[in-house]
Amino acid sequence: MHQARLSSPYVPNTDIDRQAMLNAIGVESMEALFADIPEGYARPYLDLPAPLSELELRRELQALSDLNLTPGRVPCFLGGGAYQHYIPAVVAHVISRGELATAYTPYQPEVSQGTLQAIYEFQSLVCQVMGMEVANSGMYDGATALAEAALMACRITGKRRIAVLDTVSPTYLSVMKTYTEPQGLEIYNVNSASLHVEDDSACVIVQHPNSYGYLEKLEVLGRMAHERNALLVVSTDAVFLGMFRSPGESGADIAVAEGQPLGVALSYGGPYVGLFTCKTEFLRQMPGRIVGKTIDTHGRDGYVLTLQTREQHIRRERATSNICTSEALIGTAVVAYLACMGKVGLRHIAELTYHKAHYAASIISQIPGYSLPIDGTFFQEFVVQCPITSEEVNRSLLKEGIIGGVDVSDRIPNGLLLCVTEMNTRQEIEDLVETLTRIAQSCK
Amino acid sequence: MREDTRNMERNRRLLMERSAPGRIGVALPALDVPLQPLPSEEQLRDYLELPEVSEGEVVRYFTSLSQMNFSVDTNFYPLGSCTMKYNPKINDEVAGFPGFSQIHPLQPEETVQGALKLAFQLQGFMSEIVGMEATSLATMAGAQGELAGMLMIRAYHRSHGDESRRTVLVPDSAHGTNPASAAMCGFHVVSIPSDARGNMDVDALREACDSETAGLMLTLPNTLGLFDTNILEICRVVHEAGGLVYGDGANMNAMLGQTKLGELGFDVLHINLHKTFSTPHGGGGPGAGPVSANSILAPFLASPVIEKVTASDSDEEVYRLAEPEQSIGKTAAFHGNFGMLVRAYTYIRGLGAEGLREISDNAVINANYILNALKDYYHLPYDRSCMHEVVFSAKTQKVVGVSALDVAKRLIDYGIHPPTMYFPLIVEEALMIEPTETESKETLDYFIQVMKDIAMEANEDAQVLKDAPHYTPNSRLDEARAARRPDLRWKPSED
Repeated sequence: MHQARLSSPYVPNTDIDRQAMLNAIGVESMEALFADIPEGYARPYLDLPAPLSELELRRELQALSDLNLTPGRVPCFLGGGAYQHYIPAVVAHVISRGELATAYTPYQPEVSQGTLQAIYEFQSLVCQVMGMEVANSGMYDGATALAEAALMACRITGKRRIAVLDTVSPTYLSVMKTYTEPQGLEIYNVNSASLHVEDDSACVIVQHPNSYGYLEKLEVLGRMAHERNALLVVSTDAVFLGMFRSPGESGADIAVAEGQPLGVALSYGGPYVGLFTCKTEFLRQMPGRIVGKTIDTHGRDGYVLTLQTREQHIRRERATSNICTSEALIGTAVVAYLACMGKVGLRHIAELTYHKAHYAASIISQIPGYSLPIDGTFFQEFVVQCPITSEEVNRSLLKEGIIGGVDVSDRIPNGLLLCVTEMNTRQEIEDLVETLTRIAQSCK
Repeated sequence: MREDTRNMERNRRLLMERSAPGRIGVALPALDVPLQPLPSEEQLRDYLELPEVSEGEVVRYFTSLSQMNFSVDTNFYPLGSCTMKYNPKINDEVAGFPGFSQIHPLQPEETVQGALKLAFQLQGFMSEIVGMEATSLATMAGAQGELAGMLMIRAYHRSHGDESRRTVLVPDSAHGTNPASAAMCGFHVVSIPSDARGNMDVDALREACDSETAGLMLTLPNTLGLFDTNILEICRVVHEAGGLVYGDGANMNAMLGQTKLGELGFDVLHINLHKTFSTPHGGGGPGAGPVSANSILAPFLASPVIEKVTASDSDEEVYRLAEPEQSIGKTAAFHGNFGMLVRAYTYIRGLGAEGLREISDNAVINANYILNALKDYYHLPYDRSCMHEVVFSAKTQKVVGVSALDVAKRLIDYGIHPPTMYFPLIVEEALMIEPTETESKETLDYFIQVMKDIAMEANEDAQVLKDAPHYTPNSRLDEARAARRPDLRWKPSED
């Protein structure tokens, strides 16, 4: 039985290799190579748990995973910026290919044509979905994409105030504040009833569908922004666009979205990818990486990173952003998803989602004690006003094995934001209705 | 494999060029509820062109794309500053467990205790490894970690009523994200020169420090792959001026178990999980850039952090999301790139303290082995032992008209990914080589021999270098043309 301690499986050097290398380098010991570290600070004790074998790792991680309640095994009606949609098997297969997953940023185009062409596909399909002219290769997530859009609008217009409709997600708003406040930019709130936009605004920021799930009047807002030489910036939902008019068709100057609904695992909030698009005239103010098509020395088509003079590694403190990543592998998942779904599939998923969400809303609104406080068109999310606090409703639902909705009672009294997609079966919807009915009865 | 050009062209067709009406790549479910009334026609979309391809075609397309890439799974990647090490497969597999990959970020905390426990423990591991008080895992990339860290420094000064500290010092060897991140925080950036040994010029630093200094951004070891021997003095000078020291953790692969940056005097730093902690680079993301801070900056960390509390109704320990007292705010829609956190956690649990130290030991010995073997063939601007990476200059080759770019492109012909070139900016014709600990001596010996052969080719047949690479799907590409006439997407044909 082998008892000696082996190296980790990730380190191929043997003791013999190391000795040969130290001899070649001409030093006595490994420590000599670290002689520049000040005395008293070298080789500190690390208080970490003892190492595990692969077998033990799998067990430990399985145990941690099992502590979580998994949507899909239980009904879940959460949305609020991350959405359950079916992911075709092909998507996981594609992004688990080592040649794509373990490649570096494609700065060397001759050995990165796979990644580069996949990103060009991403930019192409994102433009199609958003109805916009140009797209970059992706941002960290939907929230940072919106924050960067606000910064970009300020650069383009030279103005320093950002008008944000009061129906924009509070989380997105807080990320935007993190990004804009240090640059001395001011965010102000636009009441969606009065729609008063100041002349000194760089942009009007709209979420569509908004954070309650309802559609905004993009054309009206676009006219209002453009009359004040401000840009219309739209944050939207990608699956919604399988069925509804795109921001491009409605006058958006910059349009962003969370890419997660297009084939990306929920994964407790990340990694996702932010979709970022704009009109061609603003291309050179875009943040992030961009891939372009060109030719090689033999005249063959190929792809490269382009317009890099906008970026941090060239422009340093004068770059359009410090971003240095494009979430390329997640972007590839989006491309694989859209390739599988295609024209018919994306529309079908959007329609399934729409009809199921509306079916759920219509029967929930008939339960005594519950109502839909907002009028208007929604897609997959809607706010229900509950007879008791949303917190109590969610807690009672969870006792019955149902993960409820997002609590929006800070903005709408007893408001519960429910989301229904193609992942929720009719049975799940009817169980939800039955449980909500019981909850209302028991509180009388 | 040599192929007929027609087949290569077929393989490179875009999805839209493979599309035919009526094809689909996945079987769709039917509607199981009654049809609902539709909204008004003008709200609906009447046109959305997307590819229509079969499932097999999708797989074949992406497989052929993948075959046009170099990757860590297929090639040696001596790419300095990027730590392209082997990415363990168990990490990917466990990140795909449904209890991690399928949970919604807004689930009630009591339903995601496993995820929160994992993240809480990872926070602790990170803090311990770098010698800091606390860690936030919310930042989604290294550059975003830098942004958060610099915002924390800004917020700290402001919390002391000091709004005059508007200057950030950055060494001239720094990565471009450093000044870009500082500028995004509204700071004015001042560059500090390096000295003849490749350390920061401490006199220049002393001169630059004043009552307007917010802080210094520093990579350790620096981008020359050198451990700055003045590090204690540097931190002291900045602190005495009232500034704080930001650490760019890009080069942490040399430091695991070797020294703790927090003990050396750094106040805050980010760690690239996709470099040091082996999460795959994905062709340019996703990564993750947790930020660790000492006790004075910990209250400013990005939100959320995970905390452990004892439940009020029992003795049970529960984990929950929390906002640090004076947090700079949120940097992501949710809690950061959790999927990458699972991978990094698994990596650390598999290695333990000794395993981590062994990583840096071997990364450093591998780099020095290359340094020693090639210093007679390529100019070595700083002749001292390096850490995990070594920077050569191709200026000897430049004399015969061969550039660092030519050397790098010729490496491709030998199945080796080019090193980082022309960075750091202070080294002429820089070739930055980072072998990492996951490469064997045999691979290093092969690389060394190839580099020697290329040095010889530079003298004997420079054209073969200038025409390289020879065997890739594309030869060198016209980047000027790409920028001059941007073609950034497939467009429907006009007719």
